Amino acid sequence: MSGPTRPAARAGSRASADRLARLLNLVPYLLARPGIEIAEAAGDLGVTERQLREDLELLWVCGLPGYGPGDLIDMAFDGDRVTITYDAGIDRPLRLTPDEALALVVALRMLAETPGVANREAVERALAKIEDAAGDLVAAPVEVRLPGDTGRVEQLRAAVQSGRALRITYYTATRDETTERVVDPLRVLMTGGVTYVEAWCRRAEAVRLFRADRIDAVTELAEPAVVPPQARPHDLRDGAFRPSPDLPLITLRIGRGQRWITEYYPCERVESDGERWVVSLRVTDLGWARRFVLGLGPDVEVVAPAELAGQVHESAVAALEAYARPVPAGADPAATGDRQ
Amino acid sequence: MWAASVYGVSRSRTERLVNLVICLLSTRRFLTAAQIAATVPGYEHDLDDAREHEAFQRKFERDKAELRELGVPLETGTASAFDTEPGYRIARREYALPDIPLQPDEAAAVGIAARLWQHAGLAAAASSGLAKLRAAGVDVDPQATLGLEPMVTVDPAFAPLTAAARDRREVRFDYRVPDRDAPARRRLQPWGVVCWRGRWYVVGHDLDRDATRCFRLSRVVGVVRAAGEPNAYQPPTDVDLISHVARWSGPIERPGRATVLVTPGRAAGLRRWAVEVTAGPEADRVVLPYGDACWLAGHLVGYGPDVRVIDPPEVREAVIQRLKEIAAGHDALAVLP
Repeated sequence: MSGPTRPAARAGSRASADRLARLLNLVPYLLARPGIEIAEAAGDLGVTERQLREDLELLWVCGLPGYGPGDLIDMAFDGDRVTITYDAGIDRPLRLTPDEALALVVALRMLAETPGVANREAVERALAKIEDAAGDLVAAPVEVRLPGDTGRVEQLRAAVQSGRALRITYYTATRDETTERVVDPLRVLMTGGVTYVEAWCRRAEAVRLFRADRIDAVTELAEPAVVPPQARPHDLRDGAFRPSPDLPLITLRIGRGQRWITEYYPCERVESDGERWVVSLRVTDLGWARRFVLGLGPDVEVVAPAELAGQVHESAVAALEAYARPVPAGADPAATGDRQ
Repeated sequence: MWAASVYGVSRSRTERLVNLVICLLSTRRFLTAAQIAATVPGYEHDLDDAREHEAFQRKFERDKAELRELGVPLETGTASAFDTEPGYRIARREYALPDIPLQPDEAAAVGIAARLWQHAGLAAAASSGLAKLRAAGVDVDPQATLGLEPMVTVDPAFAPLTAAARDRREVRFDYRVPDRDAPARRRLQPWGVVCWRGRWYVVGHDLDRDATRCFRLSRVVGVVRAAGEPNAYQPPTDVDLISHVARWSGPIERPGRATVLVTPGRAAGLRRWAVEVTAGPEADRVVLPYGDACWLAGHLVGYGPDVRVIDPPEVREAVIQRLKEIAAGHDALAVLP
């Protein structure tokens, strides 16, 4: 095909390709399940009952050359049930496309590599069989390695699967504090290489994501986990942290050595300023921003807000004043008396 | 109205294509375009009318392209040595999905894997692949869970790079590293794609550097373009792709010990990895393991006046130096209204 294709024509052709794929699949699917209820088949195949009936009508007029009564695909209806009585030779599904093989193999490798996953052995057996069936299609080497604290994640998974409420000791990095809270777990998940427990937090009265590596202790309580009906899991398509526009925006001028933060945190603005960069990002808490900026070191300057610049300055001055004071008696193991 | 007309076209087209697949699967001889036109409904036309014949040829080309795109292995050949016109058939063995005898727990694992794609990347391919397994008689329990779900997300460069690595085709792309502003054009013979700690990388032979390089997919800017012929190179045998990406896979060694004073009730983040905490009246004495003194100093500065380093002197001096520079750097700003 040459020249621009009208979007409507392209959408039409994709719809027809999708339908062709569905129809070629439908005959073997029904063949493997004689007498299946149409509603069940539609649910399984992700189409409406009406669509499925239209697909069956279309198949009914297809068949082998000759196209006489004995050549066409045939089926028997019994109330709401259907049985294929003649398949005209399309008794097997089409082999996997390279993308389909890749999609299943990559996801299975991901699953097999996930620390703390249950029944890993079944995942590995499935992977071997799919790789075998896909043959050359998965010759494109895609490797997955997701190191993690398997023991800790297994313990969390078992705790979540127990169906009980949990008391956890959790470190909140944004506030730099460790708290105890009772949570009703929803699921354990992994995204971007980090494992989380998603749970209804009774303290926050909201669904929260708890990073597995910041859960310092877990106790299963006697009471069952009760997730309130209004609890909804997070949409994690764009990662675990999606800054909302009502969070405070901070602007920093950074050097080359701190440029990594623009890959690590979602930034709203990154502009070159000669040898340096001006970077804006949303933060959940200004206290966290203060620790963050201090930790980044002297090559970072707060552009805005002025409040943060003031806090950074005050904090550094106060720390220096503390260093000027003598160390309390007994605190310094190597004290020789005169150090400053 | 419009939707109905598109649907009408697509219905007759789909019908024709299903019949074409059935016809070509049932024949052992190669069938020429003319034979197909005389057999399969929807291709009827007047062979003597040049315009009609041309329209048929266009239609047939489009249909063949659509079947190939779907993955139907259309074979081309001639029925005998005397034939000059090419013919077509579909070899059943190439067409059909081989039998995959999955146990119920294995089928459940495949079902879970297929839904890990987060409505993006290869999500559509994963579900159509699963639909084929179901059509092969595999029953997938939709309720099954492994207690832990990894989310599979990929960068846009994933699909073209895996395809190029599979086809052994050279690629070109613009690549931006964070400490440079302008992306640079790179030429690569990709060997494979690696997911390490949730991030994706491509490993291969960098043609400009003439060396093995890995690139982070999130840093690829714009479109990845394949260049040149397939099978243009041979990746080294026994290449360990992961080893090119994961250079620091072992545990971090922290043989050093630093002693710091921490304000009671503060710096919870430090206390979590302390090897020793002794509560005191004015301050708690905390011993921290560390590997790199410079990294530790940077980290401790973050806690401001809540943390005061006692020992070793190199960490203490590094912290004081950093604090002085930070205080000086923010002096002018701090006095602004």
